[in-house]
Amino acid sequence: MEYILIIISAIFVNNILLSQFLGICPFLGVSNKLSTAAGMSMAVCFVITLATVVTYLLNSLLASFGLEFLQTISFILVIAALVQMVEIVLKKISPSLYSALGIFLPLITTNCAVLGVALTVVQKSSPFAAAESGMFNLGEATVYAFATSLGFGLAMVLFAGLREQLALNNVPKAFKGIPIALVTAGILAMAFMGFSGLV
Amino acid sequence: MAVQSSFKNMTICLLAICLVCSGLLAGVYALTKEPIDAASKAKNEAAIKEVLPEEVAKIEEERSIEVDGVTYTYNLAYDESGNTVGCAVNVAPVGFGGPIVIKVGFKVDAQTGKNLVWNTKVLSHAETPGLGAKCSEPAFADQFKGLDPVAKKLSVTKDGGDIDAITASTITSRAFTNGVATAVNVLSAIAGTPMLIDNATGASSTEWNAPADSTVTK
Amino acid sequence: MGKFQLITKGLIKENPTFVLLLGMCPTLATTTSAINGMSMGLATTFVLILSNIVISAIAAYIPDKVRIPSYIVVIATFVTLLQFVMQAYVPDIYETLGLFIPLIVVNCIVLGRAEAFANKNSVVDSALDGIGIGLGFTVSLTLLGVVREILGSGSAFGFKFIEGDGILAFVLAPGAFIALGYLIVLFKKLTSKKAE
Repeated sequence: MEYILIIISAIFVNNILLSQFLGICPFLGVSNKLSTAAGMSMAVCFVITLATVVTYLLNSLLASFGLEFLQTISFILVIAALVQMVEIVLKKISPSLYSALGIFLPLITTNCAVLGVALTVVQKSSPFAAAESGMFNLGEATVYAFATSLGFGLAMVLFAGLREQLALNNVPKAFKGIPIALVTAGILAMAFMGFSGLV
Repeated sequence: MAVQSSFKNMTICLLAICLVCSGLLAGVYALTKEPIDAASKAKNEAAIKEVLPEEVAKIEEERSIEVDGVTYTYNLAYDESGNTVGCAVNVAPVGFGGPIVIKVGFKVDAQTGKNLVWNTKVLSHAETPGLGAKCSEPAFADQFKGLDPVAKKLSVTKDGGDIDAITASTITSRAFTNGVATAVNVLSAIAGTPMLIDNATGASSTEWNAPADSTVTK
Repeated sequence: MGKFQLITKGLIKENPTFVLLLGMCPTLATTTSAINGMSMGLATTFVLILSNIVISAIAAYIPDKVRIPSYIVVIATFVTLLQFVMQAYVPDIYETLGLFIPLIVVNCIVLGRAEAFANKNSVVDSALDGIGIGLGFTVSLTLLGVVREILGSGSAFGFKFIEGDGILAFVLAPGAFIALGYLIVLFKKLTSKKAE
């Protein structure tokens, strides 16, 4: 599989938020303001890429012992530990980045996008896939994770921009807040469906 | 909380929980391994039966063959007198959402050398529900029932072939059709004779008894 | 709060989908049909009940600082158990729900109930709470599944009653968002009328 194909498909065609429904909680939760949405996206981008690399290696370790059934449990623990570690390290070496991303980091552990991407990557690369292509090596896995999180960021920032405009408009009372946001997300998802012929 | 958050307590607690949990999981894994294997085996066998003609009496163990550098698995099937009458080939073309795992069954006639695609069965796929997922529905899949790979061109009509694609799901249809074509190639390799119209030119690559320019109406 | 209320509150007052807006990922992703929605709801309920029971039983012995990791391990264990059982006995449903079964681990509902209810209450109450919230989640998912299946493919629970294809968009991603948005509005309208 070519890297460019992976990137385009992960960002536009199979957008993680708008077509795979992973990471919807922050998508609806912290998309009220453009600046927080951008901050969250950056933090997610960082963690997804790092977590995927680590869990990919961990998975080959598990596989060599025949312990794949511990995948879910070990992945989530590693992700939780990783997020903590990133927080501590960032605080020490780059306080400015920490103050920008800091508040979002703890939220990321339970962001299903992270575990979702980690699991997708090892499933695609699993020998059970039995596909001619569709196996990921470490490089492809990293690129896929990074591109997916870019897609997350793109959808997030677009959506936050829309919601900032929405807040100024007069929507029916029952639609205020989440419902109108969901309908907006639906229309945005429709727009992204237009990309589906690309790859 | 009754328990203090001392370093010792935290370590012991987490360690204990992890030990108990992984022990429990290992136990249940060992217990359910057999039914899981049995379930997937039963599913596979049912799928083989479904794609092969009725006169099959005995299905052989799975074998594998390498075609163009890729390894495929297949099962040969015999009738009561031991003649090869069928073959089920596993292919996994990549569709819109990932690999589409398809079992393609053939009705094999050793005497005339005329082999038909008998039936297809999608084992797993990740296509879009309502669009590509329709590839397992009769409206599309029945086009392959009893199809003669020598007479019909295995590609979608958009590409000049004889297979009508699913509306708005050309990628899936193309992948599925290519998968069947691959299966035909695999069967050719198994039987040792080519039996597929060359998709690119439309000319037949068949070198044995079936005439290439046989006029077949759809 | 009475025992009965523990079970019924999840349906309306603390409905996890329409009121608390928790666990949105599986809600949107697995409700392409009524059956899928219901299976996902039941799978989550199973994990929710068991993790609530175990966590309420062991909460007193867990140091406060490692409480969250411990809960996550417990939840992940039950999710993996569920994976084995589903793979063994209902492989078709397991394949349809796919990735979203392991993702129950990070469903905010499960960890949320552990943190907000199970670690402060008795085992029996926690089990009932699990049943109640799980039931609410299952009902909401089934409802969303029914709506999307009727609009998208003209059938309900697999029974086709309208010929033709339906509005395809409702089976796809955009329809999920829009259908959920309108259901929440409807839910808000109905419950606010009751309150008046």
